[in-house]
Amino acid sequence: MSSQGKGADKLVYMANQIGRFFASQREGGDVDGVATHIRKFWDPRMRSTIFAHLDKGGAGLDPLPLQALQKLKAEATEKA
Amino acid sequence: MSLVHEIDYGTPKSKSEKMVTLTIDGVEVTVPEGTSIMRAAMDMGTQIPKLCATDMVDAFGSCRLCLVEIEGRAGTPASCTTPVAPGIVVKTQTERLKTIRKGVMELYISDHPLDCLTCSANGDCELQDMAGQVGLRDVRYGYEGENHVFAKTAEGLNPNWLPKDESNPYFTYEPSKCIVCSRCVRACEEVQGTFALTIAGRGFGSRVAAGMEESFLGSECVSCGACVQACPTATLNEKKVIEIGKPEHSVVTTCAYCGVGCSFKAEMRGEELVRMVPWKDGEANRGHSCVKGRFAWGYATHKERILKPMIRSSIHEPWKEVSWDEAISYTASEFKRIQKKYGKDSVGGITSSRCTNEETFLVQKLIRAAFGNNNVDTCARVCHSPTGYGLGQTYGTSAGTQNFDSVEDSDVMVVIGANPAAAHPVFASRMKKRLRQGAKLIVIDPRRTEMVQSAHIQADYHLALLPGTNVAIVTALAHVIVTEKLYDEKFIRERCDWDEFQHWADFVSLPQNSPETVAKLSGVPAETIRGAARLYATGGNGAIYYGLGVTEHSQGSTTVMGIANLAMATGNIGRKGVGVNPLRGQNNVQGSCDMGSFPHELSGYRHISLDEPRALFEKDWGVTLEKEPGLRIPNMLDAAVDGTFKGIYIQGEDILQSDPDTHHVSAGLEAMECVVVQDLFLNETARFAHVFLPGSTFLEKNGTFTNAERRIQLVRKVMSPKNGYEDWEITCLLSNALGYPMHYDHPSQIMDEIARLTPGFANVSFKMLEERGSVQWPCNDKAPEGSPIMHVNGFVRGKGKFIVTEYVATDEKTGPRFPLLLTTGRILSQYNVGAQTRRTDNSLWHAEDVLEIHPHDAEQRGVKDGDWVKLASRAGETTLRAVITDKVAPGVVYTTFHHPDTQANVITTDFSDWATNCPEYKVTAVQVSPSNGPTPWQEEYDRFSKETRRIVPAEAAE
Repeated sequence: MSSQGKGADKLVYMANQIGRFFASQREGGDVDGVATHIRKFWDPRMRSTIFAHLDKGGAGLDPLPLQALQKLKAEATEKA
Repeated sequence: MSLVHEIDYGTPKSKSEKMVTLTIDGVEVTVPEGTSIMRAAMDMGTQIPKLCATDMVDAFGSCRLCLVEIEGRAGTPASCTTPVAPGIVVKTQTERLKTIRKGVMELYISDHPLDCLTCSANGDCELQDMAGQVGLRDVRYGYEGENHVFAKTAEGLNPNWLPKDESNPYFTYEPSKCIVCSRCVRACEEVQGTFALTIAGRGFGSRVAAGMEESFLGSECVSCGACVQACPTATLNEKKVIEIGKPEHSVVTTCAYCGVGCSFKAEMRGEELVRMVPWKDGEANRGHSCVKGRFAWGYATHKERILKPMIRSSIHEPWKEVSWDEAISYTASEFKRIQKKYGKDSVGGITSSRCTNEETFLVQKLIRAAFGNNNVDTCARVCHSPTGYGLGQTYGTSAGTQNFDSVEDSDVMVVIGANPAAAHPVFASRMKKRLRQGAKLIVIDPRRTEMVQSAHIQADYHLALLPGTNVAIVTALAHVIVTEKLYDEKFIRERCDWDEFQHWADFVSLPQNSPETVAKLSGVPAETIRGAARLYATGGNGAIYYGLGVTEHSQGSTTVMGIANLAMATGNIGRKGVGVNPLRGQNNVQGSCDMGSFPHELSGYRHISLDEPRALFEKDWGVTLEKEPGLRIPNMLDAAVDGTFKGIYIQGEDILQSDPDTHHVSAGLEAMECVVVQDLFLNETARFAHVFLPGSTFLEKNGTFTNAERRIQLVRKVMSPKNGYEDWEITCLLSNALGYPMHYDHPSQIMDEIARLTPGFANVSFKMLEERGSVQWPCNDKAPEGSPIMHVNGFVRGKGKFIVTEYVATDEKTGPRFPLLLTTGRILSQYNVGAQTRRTDNSLWHAEDVLEIHPHDAEQRGVKDGDWVKLASRAGETTLRAVITDKVAPGVVYTTFHHPDTQANVITTDFSDWATNCPEYKVTAVQVSPSNGPTPWQEEYDRFSKETRRIVPAEAAE
């Protein structure tokens, strides 16, 4: 009975919610704000699930969280 | 051990700083101006006889026992109502005074039963004491005249006699023993603020009466116990004292109900608790209590309490009672098996906001060190996690800024999304006292709560907003403050980042944030918003108090930041009487957050990814810690449904009943292979448990709780744990069995570990708390005395940060199928999921959850008062009885979540706060329709409930 779907769908919903807050923090949206928030509060399996979703095109993600997640993923790949 | 005796100074303490010197009985004494002669005498150790005076209420001067003589003044003034004056010479004992006092006592006793030996107040009766002190030896008037004592007279029935009122489950009112000192009436007014009691009649016919001469239970009495405490005789007496007798020793401890954290004396006979009496030196409650802490502790010995560990391999099997050894080794082997099969991160745990700091700290330690992951969370996730995030971002600490005493200096109180009269009653009484002295009040709440209107309380502004529009309202208040230039520029320039302020000021000034625009979506008239903003900004010391009506929304964190912005913009931070004060729900929810219960941070709010604090813990604990954040409760449930999370250790938390979207929670729990519940009762979550570890009550353990004002207070053991172990000992057993040794002889050693690992607790120890009573963190070398008020000379984070708070409507929307908005809350007599209070006589006041609905909405649906109605949302449906009231606005319905057979959380959805995933309990689109009784879901729940609670006792040893 989840109102936001399951698995990646739910994470997309959550990322968009975070995006909507940071959209108004700075002109053009605060990409780093979204990325930092997700890095600080999402456990690794949530992040890898959404990265996998990103690889499949990132359907449903708003532009700001999409950009932030791409950045976060690039950083994670760089580190690995 | 003996009883903790508290000195009764007779009249309240004067706050004056000007000192006055006088002479009493030949001794010079110096006291603050405004002190009564009675109190000044008691200060030097001389107790002037008294009956109607007690230091919890103002002097009244009716008993005429406390008379004194003052040189150069005529007559014999009452020492309780006569203030000290410089140079006066007072005598407390003269021939004249002795004669008058004896005469007064003789009259009192002539209308009082002489059954002292069999009286329940024998040995604890001020009337008895005074008769002794004035040397009363004879009553010349006899006892046959007109009296209130005997049911019958020689002529027949005595019209003055009234029967005993035993309607209240916890205390009796015996009118024949009443001396009409009116201490109870004044305690009800001045201390509690309910005004339920009065003196009916006059002269000899004067009687104490509840309500309109109703029974105590039938009246508006809230059973706080202040009258019982104030009564000098057996007239108002605890039923437990009547049943058991006078206690012989007492121990000061801390209440385990709400976040106010009241100090009580647990008065005992041996290991039997006789009564809980609020302790006057308790700095959170100052000698007051509510019906829960004072009376509702019978659950500790309730027959449904589970005292033996139990296991079962499937939730469809009955429980099997086993030894502690077997339960612990089974649990450890299950967690090891699961981690081996599904990976290290497939298990986790939940710390309890009802347990002590020490117990909470150990559970998160077990998860981080023994499980080796950060999958730990706590019930604050579903209540105040947005407070932690919001205040952390803006001010730099995750806690309220004031102590409770601060309210005495407030000129304007803003109460947002909180009903302290029901959920934090002892603090509400202190608020009401200040309001009666003239402070102004703004309430922002969809319901017309007791804070909006009750005896001698009337909010100056009530912003009855539509649920879900908090951010819009708070930003509209800021709009008025900025556009009308009501902000405190000096404060902002000194304490905050000026550029950030300007960015924020530009944002709030936009037309979309004006009261006129916001009025349309919130339903609050623009003029009301403007008036409230002006009052808060210009009315003197402004203090904001808020509750879960702020946090439990999709934009909960945003509202907290909006509130923080308002206080900064108006300079209402950093001194007495102001501040931003989250009212914490559970007794130790502040503590459980402080102790590192969140998956992303260690104790003291340090992110797990920071190398320095992590290294400190690694060295102390001798392990390597995972540096990535773990799962939060909702994420754990999601992961369980997805198949990657398989085992959970839950200490003192009932997530199935308290968390939103019950269907989702049960699906998550059902998907797990090992659910361990440590609790007092087979709670709702235990339906899905494989191991049940019986827990201990707050009466059975040592430790500390931290209340909503960051005050750390000792919890002291007054009886042995009936289950065999204190909760921290059980965590140690489990950790040892998992192969990570934990050895502590006493919780004080756990606090020492907390202190050495947590900068804000650096100077805290049990020894210090024993000496000082309590301390508010931070308490370290920078603040050795603790911190009653925070951000005094600047914000903890440096400069206060203004953050833009754009309103985003929740996705939970009304429509043709679900046209009403449901919001949820609490009631005075019940606590949280009700596991404790439902197992006491508090259920007399609230036996079931009901649905409040506006007459207009009820009529449209053909619903009458008391009818069964079906309450349905997109998530689920349940049935309950309707109460028709205009406390809720049209379009809004309200219920509580104390009873599992209603399960309000079947209705709530899994929408949550964007920043913290705190669930959106406060807004659910629903439909209400007439119904014949329980839904099929409720019937199935009841059947399953019975099935999963079967217990097979352990076989007797051969």
